[in-house]
Amino acid sequence: MPLFERLYNFAHWLTQDREEAEDLVQETYAKALKGFASFQPGTNFRAWIYQILRNTFLTSHTGLKATAMVPLEPESDRESLPAVKDTPESILIQRSDQQLVQEALGRLPAPYREMLLLCEFEEMSYQEISTTLAIPIGTVMSRLSRARRALRDTVQELQGD
Amino acid sequence: MACEPWTGKLDTYFDGELPAEEARALDEHLRGCATCAAEGLRKLQQKRAVRDAGQRFTPDPAFRARLQASLAARRPSPSLWRRSWLPIFVTATATALLIAVAVLLSLNRARNSEQQLMSELVDQHVATLASANPVDVVSTDRHTVKPWFEGKIPFTFNLPELQGSPFVLVGGRVSYLSQSPGAELIFRVRQHQISVFIFQERGPSDAHEARTALSFEVRSWRHNGLRYVVIGDASPQDLDRLSELLKAAG
Repeated sequence: MPLFERLYNFAHWLTQDREEAEDLVQETYAKALKGFASFQPGTNFRAWIYQILRNTFLTSHTGLKATAMVPLEPESDRESLPAVKDTPESILIQRSDQQLVQEALGRLPAPYREMLLLCEFEEMSYQEISTTLAIPIGTVMSRLSRARRALRDTVQELQGD
Repeated sequence: MACEPWTGKLDTYFDGELPAEEARALDEHLRGCATCAAEGLRKLQQKRAVRDAGQRFTPDPAFRARLQASLAARRPSPSLWRRSWLPIFVTATATALLIAVAVLLSLNRARNSEQQLMSELVDQHVATLASANPVDVVSTDRHTVKPWFEGKIPFTFNLPELQGSPFVLVGGRVSYLSQSPGAELIFRVRQHQISVFIFQERGPSDAHEARTALSFEVRSWRHNGLRYVVIGDASPQDLDRLSELLKAAG
């Protein structure tokens, strides 16, 4: 099962629940096998299967709840995604702060969390992220920038707790 | 301000998405601008921190077994099979493609781990460049630098005689890779600094290669159970020459 462990990790980050993550991964593979004929050889398999996983998540109970709280695809990202504070750029997030960063990632709105995971952890290109999330590359860049600032804000808040 | 055109492009640069020409110009700017270099370092640190933190959840082996069984139990419907031979062809192609993708992804994972190693060492090299105290032992004498590492790292190495070469030994420091101590040696050639990392070899990856990472030239090889990685912004010829000197000394 290609990408099994990474898909599970991503699913768990999205759902924040082990059982829901398992259901999500199972449904993703089932849909992928069923729809494999629609996969165009030569195109990006990883983006394709992540797209299935994410679309499945968005139509799940948890996904609907998450998107109801934070509209995903507005005319302009600026209006609907939560505002980020003007955190000084100088905040230094250390690699050793792994637990802190995980806690902060878990607290971010789902669109920011998935954006950071796809870019930094999955190391997807802007084009791959654009395909996976079905958004223009310009939106990838602006959302990524705000997600990074939101992460710094959250880390700072947690450090202050 | 000279920084103004670049500050908004640092993220794109570190994401490896800036067009080559702009990336080279920003490279140049980073070498001369301590403010942007420090900001770049912070961005890199954050990227690495998220990458490390991203791996958090591991699937239960029982779930894997359940899923495999469930997928194996799926069969195309008989009516579909009766329609024509096309479904057989599609299924066979899909299976072959899935296997091919699995093989490619496994190769890709090995390459990614090698890329992660390189990017970590490039980070360390950039951190050394940006540091006010880049070395812990300052000496141009190899007979001072090499003994300084005794007791600080769990192996020893040889340093080349640099007389007659354009390289100058600046000094060294203890560096860490995956919690293991190793040596970072700093050399200068003209105005460029080159870091040479020496660690105990752990992975099975192919280390015989020359490449570029974030516009830095990188050379890497193994010798006697040690992994050598040479990183710098000097010319490829300079890196090759220093690598040859180190190999000859090793």
